[in-house]
Amino acid sequence: MNNKLLKAIQTIEKRFGVEEHIFRDEYSLIVSPGDVVEICRLLRDGFGFDMLSSLTAVDYWPEGDPRFHVIYQLYSIENNINLRLRAPVSDDNPAIPTIEGIYPNANWHEREIWDMFGIKAEGHSDLRRILTPYDWEGHPLRKDYPLGYEEVQFTFNADEIDAKKPYVKE
Amino acid sequence: MGIEQKLANLGIVTTTLEKAVNWSRTRAMWPLLSGLACCAIEMMAAEASHYDMSRFGMELMRASPRQSDLLIVAGRVTRKMAPVIRRLYDQLPDPKWAIAMGDCASCGGVFNNYAIVQGVDEVIPVDVYIAGCPPRPEGLIHGILTLYEKVENERLTKWR
Repeated sequence: MNNKLLKAIQTIEKRFGVEEHIFRDEYSLIVSPGDVVEICRLLRDGFGFDMLSSLTAVDYWPEGDPRFHVIYQLYSIENNINLRLRAPVSDDNPAIPTIEGIYPNANWHEREIWDMFGIKAEGHSDLRRILTPYDWEGHPLRKDYPLGYEEVQFTFNADEIDAKKPYVKE
Repeated sequence: MGIEQKLANLGIVTTTLEKAVNWSRTRAMWPLLSGLACCAIEMMAAEASHYDMSRFGMELMRASPRQSDLLIVAGRVTRKMAPVIRRLYDQLPDPKWAIAMGDCASCGGVFNNYAIVQGVDEVIPVDVYIAGCPPRPEGLIHGILTLYEKVENERLTKWR
């Protein structure tokens, strides 16, 4: 393992007591959502992780407990090392603190996880939907979100569907 | 070369107003420069030199809806894009036409889900539907010629 990465992981483990996962030389730390802001600040200022390359979430419904993981993918341009933070978030009023103040590009990413998963970023400056229209209901990337389906038109039911379909006149 | 030889020295042509107007409408029908998905790639191919849509009076794709006559809906229309398409259509000056290019614009295609409008005819009135996923440039050209046929048979008003 890269010495700088090792040092960063050891420091965080000592200060915050996190769990470590290694898969094919990729390092993930399971952190508590409350610690994310401090860990990110420490990694950026102390260990050169100057780029948030991705911020996303996963829905482990129905087995997962807690249901969501919010995933922060950090990168150090100077040292060429990656580190992943995973913050488990429960289904009950899911929320994470915003890291907008540390990585400004988190603004849009946090809007996206609010839009797609309904995980609120607390303290966010402009928490609106970003991909779906503003008046959309529900959060489409949740596993229990209905996919939606309209009956397909074939020769045998073409007239029946035509009668129901909301065609515009002009 | 053209009309002057056929007419010899007469220097005069008789036709009906409808024919002349509809002829002029079809021979310079400028589409709106807009594409939504992969169908737009085929539309670009149809516009480019190999298929050359300028043969049919379409050498210009206008970037402003106020200068175009035809809206080619090239690609799937998402629920978020639908109001935008409607607005573009409203901004086209009359007379205006619309082509639903490809399966997605015609009926939703393979995307039968919450995010995609199942046929752009729920949002704007469509004159010609072109099948294919995506249709080849020949398909688009055939659709446009079908539209020309329709326009050439249009009545300007209800004659008594």
